[in-house]
Amino acid sequence: MSYLTAHPREVAWLFVQHCALVGTALAIAFAIALPLGIFAARSARFATPLYGTLAVIYTIPSLALLAAIVRFFGLGFWPTVIALVAYAQFVLARNVAAGVRGVPYAQTDAARGLGMTSLQRLLRIELPLATPVILGGLRIAVVAMIALATLGGYVNAGGLGVLIFRGLDAQYTAETLAGSIPAALLAIAADLFFRALERRAIGSA
Amino acid sequence: MNARAGATIAFDSLVVTYPGADRAAIDGVSFDVPAGSFTVVLGPSGCGKSTLLRSVNRLVEASTGRVLLDGGDVSGGDAVALRRGIGYVIQAVGLFSHMTVAQNIAVVPGLLDWEQARIDARVDELLSLVGLEPQRYRARYPRALSGGEAQRVGVARAIAAQPRVLLMDEPFGAVDAIVRASLQDETRRIASELRTTILFVTHDVDEALRLADRIVVMRDGRVEQAGTPLELLTAPATPYVASLFGTGTAIAAEASLRDVLAAFSDGAQRLTVRDGDNVGTISFAALRQARGDNDLS
Repeated sequence: MSYLTAHPREVAWLFVQHCALVGTALAIAFAIALPLGIFAARSARFATPLYGTLAVIYTIPSLALLAAIVRFFGLGFWPTVIALVAYAQFVLARNVAAGVRGVPYAQTDAARGLGMTSLQRLLRIELPLATPVILGGLRIAVVAMIALATLGGYVNAGGLGVLIFRGLDAQYTAETLAGSIPAALLAIAADLFFRALERRAIGSA
Repeated sequence: MNARAGATIAFDSLVVTYPGADRAAIDGVSFDVPAGSFTVVLGPSGCGKSTLLRSVNRLVEASTGRVLLDGGDVSGGDAVALRRGIGYVIQAVGLFSHMTVAQNIAVVPGLLDWEQARIDARVDELLSLVGLEPQRYRARYPRALSGGEAQRVGVARAIAAQPRVLLMDEPFGAVDAIVRASLQDETRRIASELRTTILFVTHDVDEALRLADRIVVMRDGRVEQAGTPLELLTAPATPYVASLFGTGTAIAAEASLRDVLAAFSDGAQRLTVRDGDNVGTISFAALRQARGDNDLS
């Protein structure tokens, strides 16, 4: 706690940066994963190569993935966001697809038979019923992203990783903890937040 | 209930073959469903009866041949618009689990852009029609309904926008026998109030006899016989139809117990009983179930 009490404004600023990295990446990742997951749920021919590709990205060690992205896009905020987005696709797209596929056939059949267009079916029936599973994916993805975003400290993207790596370099444990403890608390808070959303969604689905 | 006259349905040499199947699910079916009739398609599972039903609202498309509604080919227009004018009830009910009873019933009126006040009034009217008190049931979610209540809501949802045709695919197959009997009686009552043409699919001979003006017996994708219950019971066209309905000769309703037992002792599982123009069947199974209410149908 000694580092935190000595440099509260720096820690707060890096915390905000960390949230910005994760928030930006999560928004972009979800915007990509939602259509990918919906297509994957509709077409097995699309799903198989998609999951294969995303699984390969997912299995690349995160530091190596980031290094490869920095090689092409340089240092800073956006390359880190790209790495987080790429990494989260596997979990997000799969959960969107699983949620949509998990909607009971009776309900999609009834929706079709009553005369909903495929877009109406998606927006009024499939996505609302898939919401708990999609939120589960978001929860897992955001917790992983909060951890991964610390690597941003290596590549000039800011965030709490700055403190962790600087502390490690200087063998200054208090500084490392000043980065890692807020990151851990942020991850726990995000997990609880999405769990609460999931429970609400299950209650109304 | 401001009823709209039902439409006629005509199947014209209809063939439906599913992709990758080695034989047709519907293999050349032609028959007419009169406007406003209660027509039951009866057959064993896998005989194509559900496929036949789903060809009317184009959940399956004809491979060759046509389905005509009031003389117009259903494949002529937009499938979505077609379905909004046709009620659809399925065995699994398929109520939308994230919507209340009222929201479920309001789906098709909403798709048709009815005004909210008209929708609200219609929801209450329909709940009363299917025997559910509007105040108690409007705001409930499907998970808080029994199987019988859920299917009542399913029926209300299907007829909400006054469809000219109502398709019912084994709607009471998943509820217990006592609830099924009361749902059947109420379906008959609703049918006579609505004037909608009803095409109803079942594998249950007793259910068919209880509900139908006309019965179409299907087997292996073809029609074995179509006619009134009386015709099928007294003049079965094929051995299969005869085996479904029992012996061809009907016994009179006034027959003595001795006659009935004698007929059963000949090995029949089911006897046709005739009382004037009313006709029904009686079986050992039904006799065992009967609880003193001498209901022969």
